[in-house]
Amino acid sequence: MLLLGALMFCVGLFVVFTRKNAIMVLIGIELMLNSANLNLVTFSRFDPQALQGQIFSLFVITIAAAEAAVALAIVVKVYKYFKTSDLDKINSMKG
Amino acid sequence: MELEAILFYFFAGITAFSVLFIAVTRNILYAAFALILTFIGVAGLFVFMGAEFIAITQILVYVGGILVLLVFGIMLTHRLKGQKLKTDRYQMLFGFLISAGIFGLFIQSIHSGAFSNLPWVDQEYSQEVELKSFGLSLMTDYVLAFEVIGILLLVALIGAVRIAGNARKEGTDAA
Repeated sequence: MLLLGALMFCVGLFVVFTRKNAIMVLIGIELMLNSANLNLVTFSRFDPQALQGQIFSLFVITIAAAEAAVALAIVVKVYKYFKTSDLDKINSMKG
Repeated sequence: MELEAILFYFFAGITAFSVLFIAVTRNILYAAFALILTFIGVAGLFVFMGAEFIAITQILVYVGGILVLLVFGIMLTHRLKGQKLKTDRYQMLFGFLISAGIFGLFIQSIHSGAFSNLPWVDQEYSQEVELKSFGLSLMTDYVLAFEVIGILLLVALIGAVRIAGNARKEGTDAA
């Protein structure tokens, strides 16, 4: 269980590092958040109250939804402005 | 092997396979659909962990909401003219080294942590979590976090609409 969570986290990290498209980076972030949820729920099983981990993972899901909405709005706006969603070409703030 | 274990490994296999597929595919739409499989597999695992409510929420929010948003984002940011939606990759070696290193570190620490030998793991909470107690503790012990998360969602919703919305009225808009 924990190994699966670790695998998901590392693949998410890999995707974030190696993809050029903004949406693929978002997919990687979602994977990492979900692996954190998996670990929380796994440990929540050994909690005598058995609720803290689950409630925390509920909050994580909520924050992931909010993050995805805002990030996709930004991606759409950036695409309108730069005509690309390639993260390497969006460099007008480069020093 | 009883049915429960078979189902457990089935869901774990779905999750692991689709996660690895996301890592190797170059097509963005395929990655999004593999992400659906991942979320469904994780939801199945949540059911085995005794977290049915989290499983349902996972399917509702991720598969019903975030995936649709992602696919809309893919549609809006690519000119669909029949060509495949490829994404370039870069820093392959660097990224692989870092993530494989962290994976090895995780495996090593999970094994040296030896969670199955800890004393509190023995008293495994076998009783099912009642939905009633879940809702009660959400509205009593965690009510502040609950309200804050509600406000956060509202703000994120308004912000997303404001950012992505039509810029036609921006001349008269004060903001």
